[in-house]
Amino acid sequence: MAYDKFNILKSSAVPMPIENVDTDQIIPARFLKATERKGFGDNLFRDWRYNSDDTPKEHFVLNNPIYSGQILVGGKNFGSGSSREHAAWAVYDYGFRCVVSSFFADIFRNNCLNIGVLPVQVSPEFLDKIFTAIEADPKAELEVNLPEQKITILATGESEGFDINGYKKQNMLNGFDDIDYLLNIKNDIEQFAGNTPL
Amino acid sequence: MSKTLFDKVWDSHVVQHIENGPDVLFIDRHLVHEVTSPVAFLGLKNRGIKVLYPERTFATADHNTPTRNQHLPVKDKLSANQLKALEENSKAHNIPYWGLGHKKNGIVHVIGPENGITVPGATIVCGDSHTSTHGAFGAIAFGIGTSEVEMVLSTQCIMQPKPKRMRINVDGALSKAVTPKDVALYIISQLTTSGATGYFVEYAGEVFRNMSMEGRMTVCNLSIEMGARGGMIAPDEKTFDYIKGREYTPKGQDWDTAMEYWKTLYSDEDAVFDKELSFNASDIEPMITYGTNPGMGMGIQKYIPLAEAVEGGVATYKKSLEYMDFNEGEAMIGKPIDFVFLGSCTNGRIEDFRAFASIIKGKKKADHVTAWLVPGSHQVEAAIREEGILDILQEAGFELREPGCSACLAMNDDKIPAGKYAVSTSNRNFEGRQGPGARTLLASPLVAAAAAVTGKVTDPRELMEEAFA
Repeated sequence: MAYDKFNILKSSAVPMPIENVDTDQIIPARFLKATERKGFGDNLFRDWRYNSDDTPKEHFVLNNPIYSGQILVGGKNFGSGSSREHAAWAVYDYGFRCVVSSFFADIFRNNCLNIGVLPVQVSPEFLDKIFTAIEADPKAELEVNLPEQKITILATGESEGFDINGYKKQNMLNGFDDIDYLLNIKNDIEQFAGNTPL
Repeated sequence: MSKTLFDKVWDSHVVQHIENGPDVLFIDRHLVHEVTSPVAFLGLKNRGIKVLYPERTFATADHNTPTRNQHLPVKDKLSANQLKALEENSKAHNIPYWGLGHKKNGIVHVIGPENGITVPGATIVCGDSHTSTHGAFGAIAFGIGTSEVEMVLSTQCIMQPKPKRMRINVDGALSKAVTPKDVALYIISQLTTSGATGYFVEYAGEVFRNMSMEGRMTVCNLSIEMGARGGMIAPDEKTFDYIKGREYTPKGQDWDTAMEYWKTLYSDEDAVFDKELSFNASDIEPMITYGTNPGMGMGIQKYIPLAEAVEGGVATYKKSLEYMDFNEGEAMIGKPIDFVFLGSCTNGRIEDFRAFASIIKGKKKADHVTAWLVPGSHQVEAAIREEGILDILQEAGFELREPGCSACLAMNDDKIPAGKYAVSTSNRNFEGRQGPGARTLLASPLVAAAAAVTGKVTDPRELMEEAFA
């Protein structure tokens, strides 16, 4: 399934200055029972967001109307743990198109790239600057420029470059996915398989 | 040119290298379960394509299954629906499917090796991060997301940038009551949960050479908990003995051909690793975790570290202890516990039940402790009966459940209630992992057994007979 194209995203951001946010927090296992990719945003950060009686926990950032936007900014080692792509789906379905952190867990980063959510890894210093800017003004906007691989805090003009491999960058810019690529080289794959015993 | 074990296996599976991009990696064997596959099968349906190599694909039901009364229809509608979807998808695509009640059913990472699906030098993936387990056989095995499950179903390939290589050496002799689980929890506590992110790990040294295949699986299983994509151990005679004659391993002439290749699977003497770490076996004690990630572990006799002594954010650390309702500087020994969980792809194999039984034999389960003992597969369950372990468990007041992932991730009814403490042989102590509000202490089967009979965190060495060392 091809996904949304990503070019330049200008948005306010939701701050979550917590380290090691694992995928069990992003989407608890009991919400993985669907057979379609629908409605995962409702359960994003379910147990941090809601009490056991389903009333919102007022101190959690997603329940604070001051904060909004298409960018989620998390602490170091964001997305550790389970390989569940449902975590990336939940992030996307809630309305985020970009996650910023100073460090991402491997599989979560891959999963994001595979569904069109851009993971932007910045230095710990720049991450602090982003948190500071949002603290000063919850509506502070960030600009994520994929063509130039640059993220900017618009209020201060401070910016930093980020890495993405050239192949994935083209996919994100064009909304292509890996399966299209693989299906196009199916002959090569079948030839390879023929030489590979079970 | 000298190569690492990892390079040898990876390079021989690259169909295409994309400049400034990932490798197209051919996957020998693909394991499928009910939770991460339905959306992938839906993708195939939408594209109007079939599974390219059903003979390289194997499906089982494990994450979402009850551990009692498996002969009855699954009560939870959503779970039942997901199980039905896997059964139908397997049938439609001609994939071997080992559903509930099938004699080969069990946790995907337990049944892979049991049935010889896991072999040295293979590339193995599954939509589950603990796929790293299979690295114990010298395979490259790692967890993937559902988009990648769809890629493998449709093209038998995924696109991955090649990870960096790390080697972790542990030499010396392990002390009494120190199990493979403790070795892994110790390494993770030293590296933190992100210390190996971006790397593929090879475990080397005396400790892993001397370890059983079950133990190697436990260690490789936990590689993901320090962020590594996977972990692997060079195959040796122990590996070959384990896999020989299993259903899906090569036979006859094919076995001999395979052996020739498998015997080349080791890191060349002068192979270069991007990072190399060494630890002494004698520094490792029976371990227990006190926090909300697997890196927050320590020797069972130690005290919970002070916030200022911990690397990383103080706020995150304090939030974690608050969730556990523990304080900095406290001892773990003597803390009361409510539940014990023996099982999971980490510690749900026969060796783990033997270890548990060795401690509880002739003793009684503490009255206030609820214990869930869940074999990793029907084959493990059968061995528990055959070896007389079931009798030992029952005499001590324990019951055995039916196979599945169970309370490791609590997708089924096996949920630890909010606020309760569970000593668990599984792999993750994240907030709510074992049920909303549940508090998990990760440990070995020996530590779990000791807690089960005393009702509190106990050093298993106190309960061990002199004869058992």
